[in-house]
Amino acid sequence: MIHIIITKPLHTADGTIDLRVNKEIHKGDFLTLFGKSGSGKTTLLRIIAGLETPKSGTITVDGEVWFDSEKKINLSPQKRNVGFVFQDYALFANMSVRQNLEFALADKSKSKKVDEILGIMEIQNLSNMKPQELSGGQKQRVAVARTLMTNPKMLLLDEPLSALDSAMRLKLQDELHAIHKRFGITSILVTHDISEVFRLCNRVFKISLGEITEDSTPSKVFSNQNISGKFKIVGEVLSIKKSDILYIVEVLANNEIVKVTGVQSDIKNLNIGDKILLSSKAFNPILTKI
Amino acid sequence: MDTEFLQTMLLTFKLASITTVLLLFIGIPLGYFLSQTSSRFKPIIEAIVSMPLVLPPSVLGFYLLLAFSPKNGFGAWLDTNFDLRLVFSFEGLVLASILFSLPFMVHPIQSGFSTLGKSLKEASFVLGKSRLQTLWFVLLPNIRPSLLTASVITFAHTVGEFGVVLMIGGNIAGETKVASIAIYDEVESLNYSLANQYAFTLFVISFAILLFVYAVNKSMMRSEFR
Repeated sequence: MIHIIITKPLHTADGTIDLRVNKEIHKGDFLTLFGKSGSGKTTLLRIIAGLETPKSGTITVDGEVWFDSEKKINLSPQKRNVGFVFQDYALFANMSVRQNLEFALADKSKSKKVDEILGIMEIQNLSNMKPQELSGGQKQRVAVARTLMTNPKMLLLDEPLSALDSAMRLKLQDELHAIHKRFGITSILVTHDISEVFRLCNRVFKISLGEITEDSTPSKVFSNQNISGKFKIVGEVLSIKKSDILYIVEVLANNEIVKVTGVQSDIKNLNIGDKILLSSKAFNPILTKI
Repeated sequence: MDTEFLQTMLLTFKLASITTVLLLFIGIPLGYFLSQTSSRFKPIIEAIVSMPLVLPPSVLGFYLLLAFSPKNGFGAWLDTNFDLRLVFSFEGLVLASILFSLPFMVHPIQSGFSTLGKSLKEASFVLGKSRLQTLWFVLLPNIRPSLLTASVITFAHTVGEFGVVLMIGGNIAGETKVASIAIYDEVESLNYSLANQYAFTLFVISFAILLFVYAVNKSMMRSEFR
């Protein structure tokens, strides 16, 4: 059980706002912090890890006080034993994959653990490679593997999949899900991606300007805003071709190419590479299990 | 080659080596501190560190001469308490060289640390590693090119130092007479061939040192950022 009551001033583009949190997070939860950039998601994650200090409040984890502004208690990040996956993965370029994992061990004699974790993450074959030789997805796996080396109390994930393409994202979402299930480790994920929330999490904090405005399951938090009967997909224009009086626009959406017809007025301000919103009303989607 | 030439060259490189090693111990903590701090004293410290870049060496030498002189407070204190005379002595030259070459060591190290993302340090902290362990095992190995550049430039710069040495070291063979002074000295006494011997040696060595730095840094870059 994690109990957080904190305030922290945030300096954002819109001026200074206060991050205020008063929540309990249960053991084994997979929690998402969802919200716009600058709303305080990452700051909250960093406060839990001890990388930033709140102005006031308390943080208690399983009865142990990590932070108490009145009693002047502030446990260093070294003593909190959390796993933190950074957005840029923060792998140590001077060490091989194996050495990165070994570095995390407090007791070097337990190097069996390295092989165990390499096996679980299915990255034994990368063992002797340097981080700069790895692809984005591989780096991400190594970063997660490294955090698991210390048997952390919780896993803090700061947009860990944001730099990956969508196919790799889906795969790694499954892996994160499997790890969460296997270790039962309390996890907190910062993301902008709604599908990621649905696939991974059992609880969502929606954060807006430093306040947690909603706290519920993913379906409750996200369903009510989307009951418009409309389908909306964001895509990117690949090409625009004239065909008789119509135009055929090829759009890349969710990794698939969709052909959409448009008239002169639709394509007037459209250029190749533009982001567009595809929407459709009054049609009947067909559900097919794949 | 006569013994005085060898003695002078040896002294020059002894001075440069000692200065470089001592400055590494000063430059790493100072460069690390400057790259991390957001203290309001940072600009003041940076300005002091950079002063030797813009100051005529004779200015620095002049004030050091006054400070170290046994006739004045600090110099007299050193003399009576430690039996140490920094004027016209090798020890004094080392101290003056450290001050004069400080920016050449600190600047590359500081910028090396600054280019490392702060997540690197934080990742190590979260994995339970202390500041010292993080510095030694994570940060320093990742700024190796900067450390090499800093050391070599410091070394080369100390070899080429003239003004400060002349002011505070003088021209005592085997004690404070370094190559740059010797050149001046030989020219003064119209001994051009010996001056040329010194000058040409310095020229070749300086070029070789710089060539080495750029070649090694290039190959380091290649292996680090494939």
